[in-house]
Amino acid sequence: MPGVFMGEERETAMKIHEFQGKQILAKFGVRVPRGEVAETPAEARAIADRIGPRVVVKAQIHAGGRGKGGGVKLAATPAEAEALAAKMIGMRLVTHQTGPDGKRVKRVLVEEALDIARELYLGIVIDRAREAAVLMASTEGGVEIEKVAAEKPGLIFKEYVDPAVGLLSFQARKLAFRLGLEGEAHKQGQKFIGSLFRAFEGTDASLAEINPLLVTKQGDVLALDAKMTFDDNALGRHPDIQAMRDLDEESPLEVEASKYNLNYIKLDGDIGCMVNGAGLAMATMDIIKYAGGMPANFLDVGGGVTEEAVTNAFRILVSDPDVKGALINIFGGIVRCDMIASGVVKSARALGTKIPVVIRLEGTNVDLGKKILAESGLAFSSADGMKEAAERIVALVK
Amino acid sequence: MSILLDEGTRVVVLGITGSEGTFHARKMIEYGTRVVAGMTPGKGGTTHLGVPVFNTVAEAAAAEGAGAAAIFVPPFAAADAIMECADAGLGLVVCITEGIPTLDMLKVKTYLRGKPVALIGPNTPGIISPGKAKIGIMPGHIHRAGTIGIISRSGTLTYEAVQQVSQQGYGQSTAVGIGGDPIVGLKYIELLELFKKDPGTEAVILIGEIGGTAEDEAASYIQASFPKPVVGFIAGQTAPPGRRMGHAGAIIAGGKGTAQEKMDALRAAGVRVAVSPADIGARLREALTRGA
Repeated sequence: MPGVFMGEERETAMKIHEFQGKQILAKFGVRVPRGEVAETPAEARAIADRIGPRVVVKAQIHAGGRGKGGGVKLAATPAEAEALAAKMIGMRLVTHQTGPDGKRVKRVLVEEALDIARELYLGIVIDRAREAAVLMASTEGGVEIEKVAAEKPGLIFKEYVDPAVGLLSFQARKLAFRLGLEGEAHKQGQKFIGSLFRAFEGTDASLAEINPLLVTKQGDVLALDAKMTFDDNALGRHPDIQAMRDLDEESPLEVEASKYNLNYIKLDGDIGCMVNGAGLAMATMDIIKYAGGMPANFLDVGGGVTEEAVTNAFRILVSDPDVKGALINIFGGIVRCDMIASGVVKSARALGTKIPVVIRLEGTNVDLGKKILAESGLAFSSADGMKEAAERIVALVK
Repeated sequence: MSILLDEGTRVVVLGITGSEGTFHARKMIEYGTRVVAGMTPGKGGTTHLGVPVFNTVAEAAAAEGAGAAAIFVPPFAAADAIMECADAGLGLVVCITEGIPTLDMLKVKTYLRGKPVALIGPNTPGIISPGKAKIGIMPGHIHRAGTIGIISRSGTLTYEAVQQVSQQGYGQSTAVGIGGDPIVGLKYIELLELFKKDPGTEAVILIGEIGGTAEDEAASYIQASFPKPVVGFIAGQTAPPGRRMGHAGAIIAGGKGTAQEKMDALRAAGVRVAVSPADIGARLREALTRGA
């Protein structure tokens, strides 16, 4: 397969639940099964009464592999739907994508059960190297598409979208033919593909994945599952999608950090880091590991950071109980070293911080920044280069 | 010498009257950049920081001979600003703006095809030819004029490399931030071509990070056609693999995009790869004293 990576290794695109993805798709004319969200077993039963009697009860969490984890079950009657919902709501669902702690299920999607004739695959992502959106379709739906790519790459069909003109009808038609769709299913399939692309474009999505794309015995084509993620940069022009953010699905420290426009990701180690710039932040994590330590987080305070954000960044950093020491690595261009120093000193004083802190400052106003640290009376250690800073904090934390 | 930007380049600053634009245009002027015009729709006819402001880029180009642009415009208007500059016939456009939606940039790249314009960025600290001019936000004082070219996806990590170069006793011919976004203008290969042809550049430092295949493509190019010594560093070697952005992303990836894989590709092309970010300067010294 062409060696192109879709996005960053770490996920920065906003995620939503399956039921929200289907709501969005329905607005764009993409056909989805009839279904509603239930937050209590009684609600699940009421929905099954309306659209059943046979329904599928699906746990709504931000992770795949729900079926194998017991989060997707068929109910023959509304009473069964109620019982299944009672089991699922409130449970911690563990899948191969959630980590061992799993995720707590707060609601279920209750959907009409359909007669499956074929399960196909449809997905849209941005191909960075080609600088275009690519539509991928496969006859092998309902399985992990990477397996298909590895074992039967000839069964994945691609159409690249020219950004100047958008997805053309003949491209949707080509894919529908290659999927072996005929008659009514072909008509619906072509429409589905066009609508899916319009949904992708219209929402500034990073990913729109339909797996499986269902063809029923009656020839209807619908999205049995829908996974959509969105370009963070574009959310400002999609307040309706922004409103779909589920804070319960994100780690509390990450949610707190996002309030101050800090890019924070919690990791497994015990050395907290605070850096300005993503590349420098990653390099700081690298050098800590080379010095024998483990970073507790990634934290990029960004270029336009204010003293208030710095104070909050430091607070969030040290509020992580796993953090036994902190390394602050700032190369100030626009960011001024004195402002960083003031913000950190203020925060550390207010918190009564006792853990070792090593600060490496460089760039704009570096001398003033170092002066503020030296005169603060706090036990901060100053370092001159990244190597010295990393080695010092690792030694202090041991 | 230098590439793309020198003391003669005439620059129009888009968004000059905003707070970001004002702050950085002032710094650029202090550094010696020839800022000849500003552009803010609606403020045409006024003067700001001693330069005339125009309503459109075309007017700025016609009236003041602007051939390059610095864009300090908010994210949802920045793609349009880039295209306006291209339409006005500018040869160099440096888009500092961070946060432009990806789909907007796909349109920009399509629009720019076939036009003789070099786009740097977006989401970049910019470009600097030390001692001559800078278009961007990088601190001028850490740079020194010299013979080392720098191409980087990062911002502050670039300053780290620049400082190490200076500490080793060398200087920079031109340092270019290609930007941190998935879709950007000029990438490594186009800039390596320019550095190849620049008699004033004797070696290049290439700074990359995880994600995408720009560094792999650069490695192939370096192996085939770049004769000068190259030093490389890839950030994110120890970043944990993220949860997948859907399986579709993974099949497009095909296993590429990791730091290790990029470092291997660069090494195979003869690039001296610094493992620790603190060793970029040392690798450069080796490359220049022991030969490529």
